[in-house]
Amino acid sequence: MRHQLTLGIGPATFRIGSAWRQPLDQLARLYADYPQPSGTIADFTVRLQPAGFTRRWLRPSIFITGDHGLADAAPMSLAHGLLAAEMGMNLQMALGWRRHLLLHASSVERDGRALVMTGESGSGKSTLAAQLGERGWRLMGDEFALLDLDTGMIFPFPRLVSLKNRAIDVIAGEAPPERMGPLLAGTAKGDIRHLVPRADAIAAMGQGARPAMLIFPRFGPEAELRAVGQGEVFMRLTQASTNYVALGEPGFAALTRFVTSVPARAIDFPSGDAAIAMVEQLWDQLP
Amino acid sequence: MSARPLVHALRDPATVTGLDESGWNALIAMARAERLIGTLAHRIGDRPVPQAVRAILTDALTDAEREARQALWEADRAAEALAPLDGPVILLKGTAYAAASLSAAQGRFIGDLDILVPRDALPMVEQALFAAGWEWVKSDPYDDAYYRQWMHELPPLIHASRDRIIDVHHTVLPLTARQTPDAAAMIADAVPLPNGLAILSPEDRICHSVAHLLADGDMQGGLRNLWDIHCLLDGADDRRLAQRAARHGLARHVRQAQRLAAALYGDGARLTLWDRIVIARLLARDGWGRERRKLLVFAFYIRSHWLRMPPAMLAHHLFTKWRKGHRPA
Repeated sequence: MRHQLTLGIGPATFRIGSAWRQPLDQLARLYADYPQPSGTIADFTVRLQPAGFTRRWLRPSIFITGDHGLADAAPMSLAHGLLAAEMGMNLQMALGWRRHLLLHASSVERDGRALVMTGESGSGKSTLAAQLGERGWRLMGDEFALLDLDTGMIFPFPRLVSLKNRAIDVIAGEAPPERMGPLLAGTAKGDIRHLVPRADAIAAMGQGARPAMLIFPRFGPEAELRAVGQGEVFMRLTQASTNYVALGEPGFAALTRFVTSVPARAIDFPSGDAAIAMVEQLWDQLP
Repeated sequence: MSARPLVHALRDPATVTGLDESGWNALIAMARAERLIGTLAHRIGDRPVPQAVRAILTDALTDAEREARQALWEADRAAEALAPLDGPVILLKGTAYAAASLSAAQGRFIGDLDILVPRDALPMVEQALFAAGWEWVKSDPYDDAYYRQWMHELPPLIHASRDRIIDVHHTVLPLTARQTPDAAAMIADAVPLPNGLAILSPEDRICHSVAHLLADGDMQGGLRNLWDIHCLLDGADDRRLAQRAARHGLARHVRQAQRLAAALYGDGARLTLWDRIVIARLLARDGWGRERRKLLVFAFYIRSHWLRMPPAMLAHHLFTKWRKGHRPA
């Protein structure tokens, strides 16, 4: 394709081709601390191509696809090209990654142990992970936690953190401006701004951690803490995994081990600070 | 760039050891786009390849293995549901090749379950599948009526809990197609497999695959279909195949498929101008996995409709679909 960039994030390498220069320039700048090994063999190809014959120039519009794609994906404005590239990479992971059990979860690490947070979009798991990442934890990823099929370790996929709407101001108050991407206003998910993880988190993106706790966070009016039974955890994680079915028996075995060995809690929190206090307290109580 | 590198790698996998990084990226992207990555992985086997490639090929083989397992389970479920049917459930395409352990099945992507049943058994088959948990994928009255009046298969059914699609065929080509293969003869000569299943005879398998590649459809995924044919032709008896093809009205198409398979995957063949045009269409894929030669691809799309229906009916059909918002990709 006309423009291309190769990016290494965690264990995966992406070859991204684009009909336009701008999204790749933004990507190269924000991913400056990541490996950009041009000319290596990539795990996935991502394509940002014009959504129609004239759409390279006229009201430029991006169709996101690649090795794996969705035929009915809605085209995106070139102004949101950075988001399109991110979505393109996520799509390849979600549909094509087979070397770990993929959990739709954020994760952070401290003292060699991982805290995994899962929940629906809007539960606050991304923001919580980003905040913990600014406060002494190592950010492992805000979107996918990779569960190793053989060892049961969690491996990072520390792409840019995607901050939405109110979370943007919360994090912009903590992280330096040079680690914040451009404001993408009025996307299908509202306003979005990306956060570059800290340099030490990027440098450690090959290092796994033993999972020590699973949290189901939910932004809510009252602080509340609940235990969650293993049956429920198992069912919720099968729904939170995009490749559980594709992995077959090894996926089942890895998830069973995770569910039976990692304590799980659901927390409702009224504010970010409250959530962090609850998490720290739970963490300190771990054996 | 065309899909030549993919065809070369499938024909002679030893040549991949000479690829550089960008050559591998292109080969992998086109193999995925043509749904031949598992087949490619199988062909490459244990030959030395870069570590990054080995990981991708291993993933592809694991996927293919799981798909074959799921496909055979789905076939088993269909056989169970259709036990009241007088005769076995005849498997078609990928599931059939897997069930009979044919070379075409090695590493092959398998999508929906395709079965062939006698046309007069259709009402009973529909009822039995409903009772066992299958339901219509979508209910559009025009599409439903269209399928029932003109097509060679029922509208697709999906299983409510397993989420897998079954296509129930009662003949080979749409009823409006120029050729009318003899489905009753195919059913009569099917080869039984264990567990209430069956597969078409060696010659009929080829005729069926050729009919779909060359007498129907727009050649999307044609490289894979031609790979199937290449594998199925291996060991087929030429004289019996020619006789059978003639009976189905597919003699010309089968001869062309033999030339195309030999040209792309075998030892070469003398090609006609039309062969060369078909090959240009089959190879319309670049090293990013994109479809190329848009006009040629579109011409084949038009041709697929032309083959399926007479002009007045085609005009009516396209107008109806257009009003419903359908646009060719």
